[in-house]
Amino acid sequence: MEWILENLPHILELTLDHLLLSAPAVLAAFLLSLPLGRLAVRLPRLREPLVGGIGLLYAIPSLPLFIVLPLILGTSIREPLNAVVALTLFGLALMVRSAADAFGSVEEDVRLAAVAVGHSAGGRFLTVELPLAGPALLAGLRVVSVSTISLVSVSAVLGVTSLGSLFTDGFERGIVAAIVAGIVTTAALALVLDLLLVALGRVLMPWRRPVPRRSASRSAEKGAA
Amino acid sequence: MTPLLEALDWVLTADSWTGPGGLGVRAGEHLLYSLLAVGLSALVALPAGLLIGHTGRGRGIAVVSTGVTRALPTLGVITLVALAAGIGLTAPMVAFIVLAVPSILAGAYSGVEAVDPQIVDAARAQGMSPVQVLLGVEVPLGMRLILGGVRLATLQVVATATLAAYVGAGGLGRPLFLGLRNYDYAMMLGASIVVILLAVVLDALFALGQRLLARRPGTA
Amino acid sequence: MDHALRRPTRPRGRTASVSSLAAVALLGLAACSSSDPLAEDGGDGGGAGDGSAIVVGSQQYYSNTIIAELFAQKLEAEGHEVEREFEIGRREVYMPEVESGAIDLFPEYAGNLLQHLDAESEAATREEILAGLEEALPDGVEALSAAEATDQDSYVVTAEFAEEHDLSDVGDLAGIDGGVRIAANSEFATRPYGPEGLQEVYGVDAEVVPVEDSGGPLTVRALKDGDADVADIYSADPTIEENDLVVLEDPEELVPPQPVVPLASEAVGEQARAAVEEVTAELTSEELLALNGRSIDEQAAAEDIAGDWLAEKDLD
Repeated sequence: MEWILENLPHILELTLDHLLLSAPAVLAAFLLSLPLGRLAVRLPRLREPLVGGIGLLYAIPSLPLFIVLPLILGTSIREPLNAVVALTLFGLALMVRSAADAFGSVEEDVRLAAVAVGHSAGGRFLTVELPLAGPALLAGLRVVSVSTISLVSVSAVLGVTSLGSLFTDGFERGIVAAIVAGIVTTAALALVLDLLLVALGRVLMPWRRPVPRRSASRSAEKGAA
Repeated sequence: MTPLLEALDWVLTADSWTGPGGLGVRAGEHLLYSLLAVGLSALVALPAGLLIGHTGRGRGIAVVSTGVTRALPTLGVITLVALAAGIGLTAPMVAFIVLAVPSILAGAYSGVEAVDPQIVDAARAQGMSPVQVLLGVEVPLGMRLILGGVRLATLQVVATATLAAYVGAGGLGRPLFLGLRNYDYAMMLGASIVVILLAVVLDALFALGQRLLARRPGTA
Repeated sequence: MDHALRRPTRPRGRTASVSSLAAVALLGLAACSSSDPLAEDGGDGGGAGDGSAIVVGSQQYYSNTIIAELFAQKLEAEGHEVEREFEIGRREVYMPEVESGAIDLFPEYAGNLLQHLDAESEAATREEILAGLEEALPDGVEALSAAEATDQDSYVVTAEFAEEHDLSDVGDLAGIDGGVRIAANSEFATRPYGPEGLQEVYGVDAEVVPVEDSGGPLTVRALKDGDADVADIYSADPTIEENDLVVLEDPEELVPPQPVVPLASEAVGEQARAAVEEVTAELTSEELLALNGRSIDEQAAAEDIAGDWLAEKDLD
């Protein structure tokens, strides 16, 4: 405990580094999953190869990916962009399936009605399908956000600074408090981002509260309140 | 791209596979660790998840705790337990179980929940006991989602089991870390390729299982 | 990272503003972290400011960071502007940055560095290694005068094990039936002084039990639990004494000495070099052991340890 208090500024700095690696990756994975998920729904034959194939990205051990990417991207291992891209790929592996499921749950009648009303393809996607798929997308996004934040730590083994640095340092010096602080702060960061996402969902999707299809998010909100 | 080719070359060399520290032994260890971790997790998480899905009780707690558990970084858990338990399998096993439980639990309760309530009511009306309803109706009908949870957990554990070598255990993390520390990219990437292959094969087996189940009439 | 953050995200419709909101929030975060050391090696203009600051780097090894902090604080005391790029993983990651001049000053270990630069080198003594290093270093990077302190791999056993098998130097391990298990970082397996060197020089059969904590608590624990017979622990590690471990003598000089040596780029001027050399002149093996001891025992932060030491030596 004393160690934690004495090293609080350091821990906060690492938390910020951690956030700056994970948040862009979560955002990128989310944005990229939208067209991919939509495509999977539009082309049912492509669905399994696309969703399953991208899902298998999850099978790549994270450490080697952090090292291979610089060879492909021309970055250096320590460059944040490198870690962000790696984390985006893992996020995509989870998010594309959620996105496909979310868009798949938008009923065909609704889609046809939107066409009948005269929406263009783009307009239909943005004003009809996206809002209707919103709650399910949010549920997927929350899983991606949590798992990305816990995944970042591994890059510390390679010297990318994040809360994971507390694990490598604590491990070598035998400081249990450092490791515990790292675990707790990571979990807390994940929780805060999750609450932010829930709040954002409420602001942006006031028509759907509480989420009836997935009582998951409802209970989570309750638990937090 | 050259490093990838060199890695493939390394994987395809017979010498890499033989001997006490060869890829054959390491892949075997890796598979063993993964199956053991997923098996132990299923032993706990499956009954718990089915019960939660069946009764609807404890769902809030389950959702929150799986969320929190998902947020626990594996590297942190493994180093923490290792400092307490020493080298060997204990630390990696604890960390992998922590990793696998949320997916299996979530799959189990959502599988049971997804079963059409009318079917469950009909089963009850016929006089089936709660246990019969669960095992005879809800589990078979929810099997696709339940298996889906185990499938995801397996994928996660196989990909993460390389960290076992960080605290002195075996598995494909051994050549991975050796390659990492020695700047031997061919060895490091080669080990990763074998990990990916292992994951893909296991995943395909699960996909096959799920597909066979889907052919059975009446399954969700 | 900046690429990812600054890509303009146009709001499209109500739901799409989820992303734009998040992007705005992120930009805000990015803005308040302009001092973030990670943001600097992005390559696109971030850079080390006006170029007058001396960029000091360190390995991801607590002892190395303490030495780097000694250099940094000494330079600051002399009125130089210093930027810290600490805890950079491995030699292969930071050496290119040292060679390109992105990092100006880096505490290194002469033996392993020479091995990295010239795998063929046969240098064995301190003098040979330092001379070899001078030749092997690329243009623009110079080794300043080395400290007396050395932090090298050493073979250690528990006191009981030493007594049981009557061990005093590494060669005595050859008498143990069935060979020995050595707990070490995995790269030890391929180092010239690893199993191969042990067999060649001392006739010892050794198998490596890899533990990736650089001779830290888990390695010591493996030794005490009997999961390993011998451990590779750095000679400047205070845990050796604390745990009553016995360092085996190496009469054949199998393990190369690792004197601490500062690497400096051309950007480090004469006055700054002199300041750094004032620090290395005081840095003996005993002093390094004491510095590391504070890091392990008191779990003190590198900057405090370094500050106290410089004050004690009147170097601040």
